[in-house]
Amino acid sequence: MGQVIVVTSGKGGVGKTTTTANLGTALAQLGNRVVLVDADIGLRNLDVVMGLENRIVYDLVDVVEGNARLKQALIKDKRSENLYLLAAAQTREKKDVSAEQMKNLTDQLAREFDFVLLDCPAGIEDGFKNAIAGAQKAIIVANPEVSSVRDADRVIGLWDAQEGERSPAMLIVNRVRPRMVARGDMLEIDDMLEMLAVDLLGVVPEDDHIIVSTNRGEPAVYSRDSKAGKAFHNIARRLMGEAVPILDLEADESFWARFKRIVGFGRS
Amino acid sequence: MLDLISRVFGRDHSSADIARERLRLVLVHDRTNVSPQFLEALKEELIEVISRYMEIEEEGMDVTLQTAENQVALVANIPVRRMKRAAVGR
Repeated sequence: MGQVIVVTSGKGGVGKTTTTANLGTALAQLGNRVVLVDADIGLRNLDVVMGLENRIVYDLVDVVEGNARLKQALIKDKRSENLYLLAAAQTREKKDVSAEQMKNLTDQLAREFDFVLLDCPAGIEDGFKNAIAGAQKAIIVANPEVSSVRDADRVIGLWDAQEGERSPAMLIVNRVRPRMVARGDMLEIDDMLEMLAVDLLGVVPEDDHIIVSTNRGEPAVYSRDSKAGKAFHNIARRLMGEAVPILDLEADESFWARFKRIVGFGRS
Repeated sequence: MLDLISRVFGRDHSSADIARERLRLVLVHDRTNVSPQFLEALKEELIEVISRYMEIEEEGMDVTLQTAENQVALVANIPVRRMKRAAVGR
């Protein structure tokens, strides 16, 4: 049986879809059979980030309602042999799928794939509840800012309150700007971890490559010089159980920040 | 530069410090927005523990979380009918 992992955040725009696309692609590159499920029904997005928008014939709701077989609806990735996408329906609503139907679907997918990654819609309403219904693991994506961390806290609470066998939530801190952290103008990872009382899965730096790769519809993990891509690659290996150290963001640190840290002022 | 010096010597709060403090308070508030079931469960267990030492008036009992500007307090008003003899002098 494969792992079913939901990628969620509460707040919108923090990088759930980018995270899902990059982790999925990296896991496939590492030899796993991976399926990405866009659970954001009505606001389909994962297909464009993956560059597969022209290949969609059937979607998730078609499968759930029995209009298409699962095999027909799975879209094979352009570059990776063992990577598939199940697209969200565009002209339907969240309530057209029930939590039970989602669970059946992910159970079925877990029999054929090593990793089932669910791109969860923003919010904590029906779409969120459906997306987490069949997952055993949750990746919480948060940016180092007050509103995002606050929503992450809510979502972690809801995840913990779910019934059934579930692992503790894992945090990815996305869009970190190391220079701002060093300058004392961005929340530190350790502070976020302490407040959320959660395990850290990875830290992803802010990276212009993400915009370029989204423009092209090719996840940043394909790009050799993308720092974010490298971070996502490391996270994928951690998901496979490897002990990979957290990416050293301090390589980017300014002279003054390094000075302050070495001399012992400021919090390190 | 002045800004930097004052920060180096810790006189000024950086915006990350401000964010951390605001976040801490927001989370305290959010997490105390607890369900009535939570308070009811707390109340029942309080009654259980306190009843070992004194007889209390359960109907007059009031347990709430009160939020002041920068802290949260658990306020319990529990009328005592009488002390239990066994508990006195322990």
